[in-house]
Order: sequence, then C-alpha cells, then structure tokens
Amino acid sequence: MKQSLFESRHQRQWQAFAEQLTQLEQGQAKAGDVADFPHQYRRLCQHLALAQERGYSSYLVDPLQQLALRGHQQLYRHRSQLAANALSFVLADFPRLVREQWRFVLIASLLFFGSLVGIALLVYLFPDLIYSIVSPQQVAEMQGMYDPDASRLGRAAERASSEDWMMFGYYVMHNIGIAFQTFAAGLVFGLGSVFFLIFNGLIIGAVSGHLTEIGYGQTFWSFVIGHGAFELTAIALAGAAGLQLGWALIAPGQLTRGESLRLAARKSVQMLCGVMIFLLIAAFIEAYWSSTTVITPWVKYLVGAVLWLLVGTYLGFAGRNRHAPD
Amino acid sequence: MPSAPLDTRYQIETPEGIDLPLRPAGLVPRMLAFAFDLGVRAVVMGVLLVPLALLGNVGIGLGALLLFLISWWYMVLFEVLNQGCSPGKQVMGLRVVQDDGTPIGWSASLIRNLLRFVDMLPFGYCLGAISCLQHPHFKRLGDLAAGTLVIYREQPLVRPRIPQATALRLPFALDLSEQRAILGFAERQGELSTERVHELASILAAPLQVSPARAAEQLNGVARGLLGPA
Repeated sequence: MKQSLFESRHQRQWQAFAEQLTQLEQGQAKAGDVADFPHQYRRLCQHLALAQERGYSSYLVDPLQQLALRGHQQLYRHRSQLAANALSFVLADFPRLVREQWRFVLIASLLFFGSLVGIALLVYLFPDLIYSIVSPQQVAEMQGMYDPDASRLGRAAERASSEDWMMFGYYVMHNIGIAFQTFAAGLVFGLGSVFFLIFNGLIIGAVSGHLTEIGYGQTFWSFVIGHGAFELTAIALAGAAGLQLGWALIAPGQLTRGESLRLAARKSVQMLCGVMIFLLIAAFIEAYWSSTTVITPWVKYLVGAVLWLLVGTYLGFAGRNRHAPD
Repeated sequence: MPSAPLDTRYQIETPEGIDLPLRPAGLVPRMLAFAFDLGVRAVVMGVLLVPLALLGNVGIGLGALLLFLISWWYMVLFEVLNQGCSPGKQVMGLRVVQDDGTPIGWSASLIRNLLRFVDMLPFGYCLGAISCLQHPHFKRLGDLAAGTLVIYREQPLVRPRIPQATALRLPFALDLSEQRAILGFAERQGELSTERVHELASILAAPLQVSPARAAEQLNGVARGLLGPA
C-alpha cells in the first residue's frame, strides 16, 4: 500500500485517538468515552509497526511514534488503592518490614542509642565535656528551655497555646528533615547514615546528660519521654533504611550494583514512609502533650512508658498473623 | 536500519511489540529546569510568608509546615500528579519516566527526590553532575537508585510539503533504508540551500542515469512515486 493511501485511510482514527489522549492527560476523560482506549492503542501500535516495516517517511512514522508513546504512558499508568494500601501498611507491612530488616535496625539502633547513652553517662560524670560537644550559647538556650520554673516546655520558655501550633510546624519540618538526611546520606556506602546517627546521638545524649547533671532532670525527662518513643525510634529506623542503601552498594551479591541499589531503594523508601508517620505522631505529642506542665511528672512518665511499650509491641508483634488486617 | 545510532536515543520495547525511542535529557536543560523550579519555590515562599508572618505564632507554624512541604514534597507532588513534569521541566520540555517508559509512581519519585540531597554533596550538585555526565543516559544518583529517566517530551511536528514533481517509478527495487532516505531528502529540502540540495542529489546522478543538474528533480519524482497519489 502506498503511503498516501495508508494515511488517508487511517487519519481519522489517529485523530480520534489523539483526542482521547488529550482528555486522559488532562484528567477529563469520562469512563464511557475511553472504554475502547486499549483497543485503539493496540491498533495504533499495529499501524506504527506497519509504517516502519513499509519504509514510510519519517514525518509519518514519528507522529505515530509520539502517539504510541503517549498512549503507552496512559495505558501503563500505575493505579493503586492508596487508602487500602496505607491501612495495610500501617497495620502490618511496616512492622513486618522492620522485622525483616532487623540486622540494619539493630546496627542503627546500636549506633544511635549507644552513642546517646554513652555520651550522656560521660557528660553526667564529667560535666565539662558538654562544652566540647555543644556550643556554650546552645547550652544556655537549652538550660533556659528546661528551667523548672518555666510554665511551659519546649523550644521557648514562655509559651501560649498558639505556640503549640508553631512548635508543631517546627518539629515536623526539623525532625522529618533530619530523618530524610539520615536516610539519603546512606547512599554514600552507608557512611553518611552512620555519621548522622552518631552525630544526633551525641548531641541528644550530651544535652540530656548535662541537664540531668545540673538538676533539671525532672522537667527534661518528663518532657522528652512521651514523644521520644516515636522520635528516637524513627531516627534509628531512618538510619537503618540508609544503611540498607549503603549495604546494597557494598555487597550487592549476585546482582549488579545498580540493580541491587534499585531493589534496596524500593524497600527502604517504604521504611521511610513509616518513619514519616512516626515523626508526625511524635511532633503532635511533642507540641500538645509533652509541653504542658499542668500534668504532674509521674503521669507523664507513666504515659511515656506506655508509649515506649506500645512502639515496641507494635514493631515486634503487629502483622505477625497473616490474616490480621483483613 | 543501522544497529547503533550515533545519538543518545534509548529504545524500549513495549508489550505490544513495538520499539519506542526516548531521548534522555542532558545536564544543561536539567540544570535550567531545576533553577526555574528553585525560583518558583522562592517566589511562592516569599509571597505566602508575608501574610503568614502577620498571623503571629500560628502563621509561623503554618510557615514551617509550608517550608517542609515545599522543600521536600514540591517535586514529588508535581512529578506524580502532573504527568512527570515539575513546572521547570514543563518549561524546558522535559519529563520524568521510569526506565521502562511507564509513568513515574510515588515510591520512585520519592526516592529520586530524597536522594537529591546526596546529589547536592559536597556542594552545588557536584556528585549529581559527575554521575550525570558519565552515565550513558545522563542519570544522577537519585535516578540510578529510583530507576528513572529524564527525557524530552515529544513536540508536535509540522509536516513539510514535498516539492511538486511528476511521480516516477524506478526500474529497480529500493530497500527500506533507501526508500526512507529518498523520502527524507524530499521532505527536508526546505531546510537546505539550493546548492546543498543539488550537491546531495548529484551523488545519486549516476545510478539514476540523469545529469547531475536534474538529479534533485528526479529524486523528488521518485519520492512522489513512493508516496502514491494523494
């Protein structure tokens, strides 16, 4: 068949297909209008293959190729039930993933909590050590924050309730930012994650050791124990996700490094989604619960202990039964 | 067809059994797209922060949330919800797709944009630029991990008219690449100077058995013949 004949015979179909594509791309397509889209797409592919095989000119082949490419983009669009997936992720998949990656979680937790507890003890025993880790202004700032005489706790000593809002925003931005950094830096053969885990552990540990040592322990610990359950766990998990990336590069096994990295990245980004959920909860608790001073410290300790237990139980046991979420 | 084209095209074979060529975009257009996105974000932040600052503490909280959204989620949201184009990519005519040519999903977009942090190390996108320049398909580290590709979006083509000539049929058979070359010559004549057209056509004067001066006209005739009656 000559090219002109081929074109004039099918031109109308191509135009109709292009119109469908435009509708789909702009998200205005109605179900009835695009019911035959897969059929049309396959026919277009056939026309393209014919045009190529018959050596038609590139000004015919190229537009067909463009149409095929656009059709491919629409037909193979990933559709997923976001709500259902999110629910099963929270109920089962996330804790399962954490348990599946227990080696990385263990290493990250050891690095983070190890450096945290270690430096806290050291600062408690040798108070001057704090100044070689945290700058004097920051130390003064921290002391101002957790002064037992202040009515509300957290970043600023004198807080109104509208400040809870401000602090919520601040915690979300700051903490999730740190978690993302800890994760992403893992791409440098895991070194970046190790660095951020130890670095954050050192800062937090040094501050808590120092505040306990100068007698602000009551205000400090009752403040951090609640949200700490979610926040500290989340940082450790973000580090674990980063270590996973790094390990995929160091020891790819039978795969190429690129392939192994791609697989690890898909897993670890799921872990990071869980981390984000944890940090949102933490920011909420931190802004609205931890900062109140109306409640007596021992209630806070109790609630904090329950929260730690909750996180531990959740990560350790949720989703063990295959059919639980259904 | 030549097996290894000299350009940077990236072929994907679809389940329908056809090959789709994608054209990966290099460092410079991607840099410009990023710069544009950076500018857009700065303007949005600037415009929104002024009224938020007037709201007092609530405003500051909202501002912090906004800053978080814009710095970490701007790219992800646009790429997933806007057919793989952030505003900068839209302006530069680029788009992000998966390695297999399918549209980008949430997890891939999240990976490539979170790992942007590493691409920026140690300063000014050094690692990203190095990775992009040495990779055959210009991938930065985030693209490598997410399995994504930044390509040029297809631009609509304007079809040139083939010069008038009487349709001819050659006494010997042409193979596919020869057919395509002759059609290409006829269609692209408008972009060439007359001298160049004659120079190119005269290469084929001998096999066509005409004088070099008439070769171009002869080729146009053959192209007409290949196209067939309109």
